[in-house]
Amino acid sequence: MKDIHKSFGHLEVLKGVTLNVEKGEVVVIIGPSGSGKSTFLRCINKLEKVNHGEVYIDGTLLLDNRHDIRMMRQTIGMVFQSFNLFPHLTVYENISLGPRKALGMPKQQIDNIVDSLLAKVGLSEKKQSYPHQLSGGQQQRIAIARALAMQPKAMLFDEPTSALDPELIGEVLSVIKTLAQEGMTMVIVTHEMNFAREISDRVVVMADGKIIEEGPPDIIFTAPKEPRTKVFLRSVIDKV
Amino acid sequence: MNLSAVWEYRIVIIQGFLVTLQLSGLAIICSTLFGFLSGFFLSGPSRILRYPFKIYVEVFRGSPLLLQLFMIFFGFPYLGIPITLFQTAIFVFTLYGGAYIAEIVRSGIESIPKGQFDAAASIGLTYPQTMITVILPQAMRVSLPPLVGFYIGLIKDTSIASVIGYMEVVKEGQAVINVTSRPFDVYIVISILYFIICYPLSLFVTWIERKTQTL
Repeated sequence: MKDIHKSFGHLEVLKGVTLNVEKGEVVVIIGPSGSGKSTFLRCINKLEKVNHGEVYIDGTLLLDNRHDIRMMRQTIGMVFQSFNLFPHLTVYENISLGPRKALGMPKQQIDNIVDSLLAKVGLSEKKQSYPHQLSGGQQQRIAIARALAMQPKAMLFDEPTSALDPELIGEVLSVIKTLAQEGMTMVIVTHEMNFAREISDRVVVMADGKIIEEGPPDIIFTAPKEPRTKVFLRSVIDKV
Repeated sequence: MNLSAVWEYRIVIIQGFLVTLQLSGLAIICSTLFGFLSGFFLSGPSRILRYPFKIYVEVFRGSPLLLQLFMIFFGFPYLGIPITLFQTAIFVFTLYGGAYIAEIVRSGIESIPKGQFDAAASIGLTYPQTMITVILPQAMRVSLPPLVGFYIGLIKDTSIASVIGYMEVVKEGQAVINVTSRPFDVYIVISILYFIICYPLSLFVTWIERKTQTL
């Protein structure tokens, strides 16, 4: 991503953000609320239109036409803060919808994928349940499985645990950790600092619509250079 | 009350009632098709497509049905376009009903959280796929009660077509009154006939409302 600018009306939310993510890399974005982290993530797969700036995948520039946007969304999975499962569909239907409609995969293959993904997120017995019958943590794990069913090259996580009760956060984080161990390329926006430190290859600190600092987690969390990073980390750690 | 005079002309009333049923059925089908289409465009992403439909809805909701029937039935021949009673009725009820249904569909679609659109987009669905598989099934839960409620109104509104001479049940009833001079008896019978179609629909609304509440 190069020099992403995004405004909502007169409010400039992103003031030129450039981020390069390598294959297999886990990048965690942290920063105070309102700094543009989530907006930036949504710009990556163009859920928000960017005013200015370019997105590249595997070196190819993504154009703003429908075909490119759809191809790219099929290549990059996304997990939302509020899960956004389809409430009128069962777990099986939620996960299989993308492969069936967008990829046109045969049913046999879809069934295999759904079964293995449900096993991976530890919810095989919930295949025929509806989202409202599941806890928040279970819903988020299904949402991860739904994104993975598209066989994405990379995954975006937009504060995946912010809407969860504290006791349910762990089960979601452990699924994400498994993905990291398997070498999935991921960009994660989170407020879970311990998790960020543990999982990330690189931490990006955003404030006020810009990246103010980035580096390996050990350095960012122990010896940040930017005063704003220090203030932010202190305020987060005080809360805990 | 003496229904024997009405009974004598039962064939006429039944004939009118069948016409009312036919007109109601066609009005519901055509206005639903056109209303859903308009509702999609009203809530759709394209501004160029949205505005003409917005104007259409406001125009047809903003003028009396009676006037619309007059305008088309007398206005079209005046402009040199021949139009039959049947064509007028179908044309007007489609546009009139479509305008209300478009608003019902639009508000149903807009009641669906934006996250549902995001999630559907994030798994690569196209806009039509998103509408059909994700948004509409959820929007219908919201829209079905007001939709069926509107159908009840539309069935009763078909009686207005009698003023341009459409031979539906009210118009046929008036013919029977002319012969029998028993307006009260005839109108009572016709009211009961309307009630027989509308009441089950009303029960149906209550039933789906109860059913969707438990979900």
